[in-house]
Amino acid sequence: MSLVVDDLRAYYRTLAGDVRAVDGLSFTLADGEIMGLAGESGCGKSTLAKALIRLDTRMRYIGGHVVLDGVELPIWDDALMNERRFRDVSIVPQYAMSAMTPTRKIGRMIRELLESRGVDGHALEPELLRRLELVGLDPGVLSLYPIELSGGMKQRVVMVISTLLDPSLLIADEITSALDVSTQKAVAETLVEFRDRGFVKSVIVITHDLSILAQIADSILVMYAGKLVEKASTAEIVEEPLHPYSRLLISSLPEVGVRYDEHRLAGIPGRPPQLLDPPSGCRFRDRCPLATERCAKDPPFVRAGDDGRFVACWEAAC
Amino acid sequence: MRRYFLRKIVVYTVTFIVAVTVDWAIPHLMPGNPVLTLMGRIQIQDPQTAQNMYHHYMRAFNLDLPLWKQYWYFWVSLFHGDLGTSIVQFPAPVSSIIVHAVPYTLGLLIPATLLSWYAGNKVGALAARRKVLDNSALPVSYALTATPYMWLAIILVFVFAVTLGWFPVGFAYDPTAMRGFTWSFVSNLAYHWFLPFLSLFLVAFGGWAIGMRNMIIYELESDYAHYLEALGAPQKLVRKYAFRNAVLPQVTGLALALGAILAGALATEIVFSYPGLGYQIYRAITNEDYFVIQGIFLFIIIGILVANFIVDVVYLVIDPRTRVGMEGGRT
Amino acid sequence: MTTAPVAGPADSAPSSVPETASQLTTTQETLYFALRNRKLVIGSAIVIALLAFAIVGPFIARHGPLDYTGHLSWAPTTKSGHWFGTTLLGQDVFAQFATGLRLAFLVGVVGGGIAATIAMLIGFTAGYRGGALDEFLNMITNIVLVIPTFALLLVIAAYLQVRSVMVEAILIGITSWPWAARAVRAQTFSLVSRDFVDMARLSGRSQMQIIFTEIAPNMSSYLFMMFILLFGGAVLIAATLDFIGLGPSGTISLGMMMQLSVQNAALQLHLWWWFLPPGIAIATLVGSLYVMNVGLDEVFNPKLREM
Repeated sequence: MSLVVDDLRAYYRTLAGDVRAVDGLSFTLADGEIMGLAGESGCGKSTLAKALIRLDTRMRYIGGHVVLDGVELPIWDDALMNERRFRDVSIVPQYAMSAMTPTRKIGRMIRELLESRGVDGHALEPELLRRLELVGLDPGVLSLYPIELSGGMKQRVVMVISTLLDPSLLIADEITSALDVSTQKAVAETLVEFRDRGFVKSVIVITHDLSILAQIADSILVMYAGKLVEKASTAEIVEEPLHPYSRLLISSLPEVGVRYDEHRLAGIPGRPPQLLDPPSGCRFRDRCPLATERCAKDPPFVRAGDDGRFVACWEAAC
Repeated sequence: MRRYFLRKIVVYTVTFIVAVTVDWAIPHLMPGNPVLTLMGRIQIQDPQTAQNMYHHYMRAFNLDLPLWKQYWYFWVSLFHGDLGTSIVQFPAPVSSIIVHAVPYTLGLLIPATLLSWYAGNKVGALAARRKVLDNSALPVSYALTATPYMWLAIILVFVFAVTLGWFPVGFAYDPTAMRGFTWSFVSNLAYHWFLPFLSLFLVAFGGWAIGMRNMIIYELESDYAHYLEALGAPQKLVRKYAFRNAVLPQVTGLALALGAILAGALATEIVFSYPGLGYQIYRAITNEDYFVIQGIFLFIIIGILVANFIVDVVYLVIDPRTRVGMEGGRT
Repeated sequence: MTTAPVAGPADSAPSSVPETASQLTTTQETLYFALRNRKLVIGSAIVIALLAFAIVGPFIARHGPLDYTGHLSWAPTTKSGHWFGTTLLGQDVFAQFATGLRLAFLVGVVGGGIAATIAMLIGFTAGYRGGALDEFLNMITNIVLVIPTFALLLVIAAYLQVRSVMVEAILIGITSWPWAARAVRAQTFSLVSRDFVDMARLSGRSQMQIIFTEIAPNMSSYLFMMFILLFGGAVLIAATLDFIGLGPSGTISLGMMMQLSVQNAALQLHLWWWFLPPGIAIATLVGSLYVMNVGLDEVFNPKLREM
């Protein structure tokens, strides 16, 4: 197993209390697996990404374990974790457009970054050039300033940089959100190619856009209100979602070729619960068409389906 | 890049024209007639002589010509370097008064501005990352920047010159000293120069330190800083980049702060009776020597425009975003 | 499959989820932080104390600020109510100080207020309208910006035979707005592109209405902080102008006190009670304003709050 996450909990400290953004998440990721992490805004997916690589000052690690390639990731300790960053765990951030300092030429920045991590930039240069070419960038890009690149180009540069040291785990955080559709496709395909060539072992793709996941992800993990709701292979989620939330998600997507003259686009009525003081039991029960009394009392447990599927719902398992 | 300069030059040219016009126009808008004031001072008894004097002065100062002609001649004389004649230090031309005073003012202004900028930036950056330094340097900086320039000068004179006697109370050099390029004279100059310089330096320093500290804090929260940290870069590297980026607005700030530091320099000179432009202005105001005031104003304008232009050029060099054809960066 | 956001129209129906406890409203939360912020509290306390002094002081002074009492160069004493001593010319320093402080507040409010108003007018218009109007206003801003305020005020004030505090304040107000106008413009730009402004436009509001009901309130904290800085700046500029000899006629200000003391060799004569108080007052007033500003920034900008 490449990545094992066990009961991970990370909260945000606020004046009014702790916001339980990631509240007991457990899942596994195999070598070479691209897992999509889907859910609405505020469900905790970005928090999960941050927790796996860098807690910021407002986040607090509460409990749980993360094991990568058999070795535990010390995510509670910034200094210890630093050794693993970039090398073992890496991230392509949401803000790739502004991820590079504007007053340094890109090549120089990369060199200085590598040197600061104790990596010989010179030795890595041929590989760097090769990868740039792979994503369709001219090696001359290294002597440009970030301002001279387009958004898509910057995105690709950042992807190359983040994977330069061949990390075991790559977290791609909303990397397609700011792009137009054709660039989205190119970037998504690049991600797959990186995995195929072994630049990265496993990838967690965080997005609110299910269609991208349908294209490139091997499996999809659906989050809701800080909790895991369902994890299954992409095909299973798209064709046969078990959890009521996943079902509503998939069905709320418009289909190609269908005209909505008579039907309205159905969403999911209601709002996710406040994570400051979340309701007991299943957090989806207030919006769930299948909710019963059982859902209110006991927190549901994650039940494995027959083929490595995980669902967190009393009603769904049969 | 060309657009950047073109814009700047247009603004500066228009500013210059506006300033010269304002400078010329103000005395004409004000109540009172400078020639009459002058006459009042001379106090001629004989009415016929008074009349003659009046006409003489009116002609000498071009006040008998139609307004637009006066305006035109104003520009003409300006380009000839003729800024008029001092009424009080008659017949000394204003330009020579300025020329003699400028070295002293620049001698204070330039070192104080540059050194305070440099030191302020360094200390501000340090304070941004060390809480201990932040808690001590910051309040001091706020106190310094809130202090009026002339008051700090007064304090320094009182404590170090009058009470402790470590430094002279005023003037540029000892009046009895032999002038020339001798070591004793130069050191004498330096000795008299130190306190006014220190006064300017300290107040300006406070402002820069605060500004830099805030900029560094802001830059440390930027996306590129987060990205570097996510990739495990040491704080040293992040800080290095943050500093590089934070310096940019500080350079722009230099141009903006020039006016304030200049005012401070002028006021400080008065406290120290330091024979620069400030001192001359003070004399001119006290004696209602209007032409000197006007002339110094014009000179200041030109100086500030030149300084602004230099800063713009420097900024162009250090901010890649301006060079790549974007408009002015963070002007 | 086409791209579609996963979330449904979550903002359509009112939530059936019960509101959890301890949800503070924004105003309450702001107030809470405001009262907790040391810098803001201490800064405002000092400013208010000085204001109180300025208001009450001239009334409790035993002498007028310009009266020649015949008590020359007295050190601070309780005799004859010369709590701050007297000047070389026999004038009561306390009375002068209180009057000067009053004038300082006046200049700050009027000068800072005028500058703030102009800055807002120009900044809002340029930021909201954009285009040619913005370019034009930008040019004007740059011109006034480059002209050194002090030098300009120097020339203007030098020619005025009779100078009043109001005129001084107005002059300062109409020359010190450029940096603030730029700041307002930048903020307006960032707000104008937001959706709620489009909503207001769609609902048929006039531009002035939009500026005042949608944009300005969102910037209110920023505008207030800007005013504080302009206030402080006006006080400093006025003091320097007064010191150079362009102070108001017929009265006395803090800057003038410093000027007269230096002119009359108070430094050499060790008459510290004459030249120390005015400077301390200005430094304290302006310093407290700056500290207040920092505190306000922390209150309004949640990121800066220390948890």
